[in-house]
Amino acid sequence: MAAPQTEALRADIGGLVDRLGPGRASLVPILQDIKRRYHEIDAETMQVVAEALDIHPVEVYSVASFYAFLGSRPQGVHVIRLCGTLSCDFAGKDAVAEALRRELGVEFGETTADGQVTLEWASCIGMCDQGPALLVDDDVHTRVTPDDVRAIVAACRADQRRADA
Amino acid sequence: MSARTIDSQGNALTYATIEPDVGLKAALAMSRADIIDTVSESGLKGRGGAGFPTGMKWNFCAAEKADLKYIICNADEGEPGTFKDRVILSRYADLVFEGMTIGGRAIGATLGIVYLRAEYTYLRPHLNEVIKKRRERGLLGRSVMGVDGFDFDIIVAMGAGAYVCGEETALIESLEGFRGEPRNRPPFPAVAGLLNNPTVVNNVETLASVAAIFARGTEWFRAFGTDKSTGYKLFSVSGDCQKPGVYEFPWGITIADLLKEVGGEGAKAVQIGGASGVCVPARDFARRLAFEDIPTGGSVMVIGPQRDILHVAENFLEFFVEESCGQCTPCRLGNPQMLKAVRLLEEGACPPRFLADVKALAETMTVASKCGLGQTSPSAFLSILEGFEDEIRDRAPSA
Ligand SMILES: Cc1cc2nc3c(=O)[nH]c(=O)nc-3n(C[C@H](O)[C@H](O)[C@H](O)COP(=O)(O)O)c2cc1C
Ligand code: SF4
Ligand code: FES
Repeated sequence: MAAPQTEALRADIGGLVDRLGPGRASLVPILQDIKRRYHEIDAETMQVVAEALDIHPVEVYSVASFYAFLGSRPQGVHVIRLCGTLSCDFAGKDAVAEALRRELGVEFGETTADGQVTLEWASCIGMCDQGPALLVDDDVHTRVTPDDVRAIVAACRADQRRADA
Repeated sequence: MSARTIDSQGNALTYATIEPDVGLKAALAMSRADIIDTVSESGLKGRGGAGFPTGMKWNFCAAEKADLKYIICNADEGEPGTFKDRVILSRYADLVFEGMTIGGRAIGATLGIVYLRAEYTYLRPHLNEVIKKRRERGLLGRSVMGVDGFDFDIIVAMGAGAYVCGEETALIESLEGFRGEPRNRPPFPAVAGLLNNPTVVNNVETLASVAAIFARGTEWFRAFGTDKSTGYKLFSVSGDCQKPGVYEFPWGITIADLLKEVGGEGAKAVQIGGASGVCVPARDFARRLAFEDIPTGGSVMVIGPQRDILHVAENFLEFFVEESCGQCTPCRLGNPQMLKAVRLLEEGACPPRFLADVKALAETMTVASKCGLGQTSPSAFLSILEGFEDEIRDRAPSA
């Protein structure tokens, strides 16, 4: 989770701008890519992105902090997002939440000490007929039982990098 | 990441019987005005929830003079309890792209954009693959299907986790690289949308229906449903029933009949339209799902007899407190107040005076909020207070 080296960061962001274009509309896709690779969007990153798109860093912060999948706070290599909405609640999300807390040793909104896994609540993720549902990064898991949690967490711990980063 | 699609159960869908690109071919043989007339004749209304007549929306946009126009497919599908767009995109993406292409032709757009919610990122490779194949087959790109001067392409853009971005002007803000905060309307997107250019925003299911209408004809489509709600609709059914999944029914089906199909007969209530919809108690199960009675984007959450109705209200209000963009006061302040009232009611400790004040505030929200989120978030709260007065009143104060 260490902040990326400035030079590497500049090169990375330069590459993204080349690919996506220097327009304002590239801001969200650029931040999505950065989040995927570095798991955080820190002050320096915001500065570099702002320069590349010729906007004020405050603009970058304001956009990053708006979206649940961006955010300015550091996250783990993997993010587990458990759906907290009604149908998953009916299907037993509380027991899965408890198992996740126990297995990870953190509360929702927190990251494990080794920086591997962040645990979060999600609003309905569109798997309501197959709840309880959760996302591990971009991957969907449905009909999750408390017993499944151990394997899900173990896979996150074993995998040092996101497969798509 | 994974190619796995998590499919849903349900009944047989008409989309499975529509041969792709028959509709597109038929549409491209028509004049642009005739395409729009056909959509209007079909009676198709938006399937995203608001139910605006699709032909009329296209007509507004077509009438605008501009070099650049866009058609956006709203695949943000954030309404709690809704997942039919996920099923359409995984099984029938061709029909959606076909509908976009027909719309693009009708309004004079050169680019279609699918705004896909971040939670559906796993669908992105599949959609890009289908688009690529369509380009290879001349169904996208220069002179689509050999029609001179009709250049049209489609790209997929990703959301970043915000329910409010399903609102069409917030969606456009997000595509432009800003916070997803809804705009004041007018101007409507059909006049000044993406980058100030005329833009049509349609739901995934609306666009798939367009393809079906051109493949089978308006007569065929109008034979389903009711006078004011023509055609069929996909319903996302979840909660306390034996067979949750995606179901197709003609508009006008009663709640009771729907519950029979999905094995949810014992329900004490059904939440129609998601968190922003209404909670219908069992005594009203003869009511119909249609624009004439209960309009809906198709979310049906079945609430069994064992459930605490206040817990339902609490869950939805937590959702709205989290998802309000905070831009305008009634919504930013009103949702937490409703949540507070529900929590006090759950403890049997809500002062009647406070409840009356919050109800008044909720009524104010429905008219004074800037966008549909704040205008509709009080519906579940108010309908639960009204429909379950006895259950709520008889609540013993907790020690
Ligand atoms: C808070 C909010 C969220 C919305 N979310 C969606 C959505 O996820 N998908 C959708 O199609 N429409 C959504 N809408 C409705 C859109 O603003 C718009 O009316 C719709 O995409 C138009 O398409 P249609 O006419 O084909 O239904 C939402 C509206 C509001 C106020
Ligand atoms: S009603 Fe709510 S979501 Fe809509 S603009 Fe106002 S604060 Fe934002
Ligand atoms: S309620 Fe959990 S996925 Fe929709």
